[in-house]
Amino acid sequence: MCNQSVGLIQRAVEATGISTTSITLDESITKRVKPPRALSVPYRFGYPLGEPNNPELQHAIIAEALSLLENEETPPILKVAGTLRVP
Amino acid sequence: MVSIFKLDDLYRFFMRAYPVKSYGGAPPNAALHKELNRCRVALITTAGLHRPEQTPYNDKIIGGDCSYREIPNTIETQLLALGHRSKAFDASGTESDINLVFPLDRFRELENEGKIGSLNDRHFSFMGSITKPKWLIEKTAPEVGQLLQADDVDVVFLTPV
Repeated sequence: MCNQSVGLIQRAVEATGISTTSITLDESITKRVKPPRALSVPYRFGYPLGEPNNPELQHAIIAEALSLLENEETPPILKVAGTLRVP
Repeated sequence: MVSIFKLDDLYRFFMRAYPVKSYGGAPPNAALHKELNRCRVALITTAGLHRPEQTPYNDKIIGGDCSYREIPNTIETQLLALGHRSKAFDASGTESDINLVFPLDRFRELENEGKIGSLNDRHFSFMGSITKPKWLIEKTAPEVGQLLQADDVDVVFLTPV
């Protein structure tokens, strides 16, 4: 349900005029809730940033999620993360 | 013992059948017209984080606890407590590195490198496992949006658990 809550909170924050981007662990939920921008990552629940104590991987995920803010498509924008497999 | 991977699959199976409301039309769109290195950024997570001195979330509320906790930007991240426990996920990763769900240390690095303008003075955490989100939609989420707007935040980064 976390992924639903994130989408709902995100919509409410964006409605105040703030640009938002998020990570989702459950694309099917995010497609229904339709937050403005979300990056779908291939990890299990509890691991949205991939791996503990792996700053390099965490930075790569954050960078990809932040890049959605520069995407000029009309929201909802839902992208599948590129090269972010846990080694 | 059922492995966490099996539980993850079970949860996903359950969620596919769960009647998540469709939230209708197009989402709001506040396109960013500023370079990230000039933006003020805040984080929001639904990991149910709270400071040790704050009231924990209430897992007895039917439909879920829609309240939120303010997390000061100056917090030592190791001090944050994970209020969200669920059979659907394995909390051991977060116990060893809170950045897995709330990447404040990573954003501090981005701030130091000048990749983002600055971090806001406060961030927010909500609880997960909200099955009846009416209060979240109508009250607590818009409230946090207004607080962040009053802080002149440009960008919010959100993470589930």
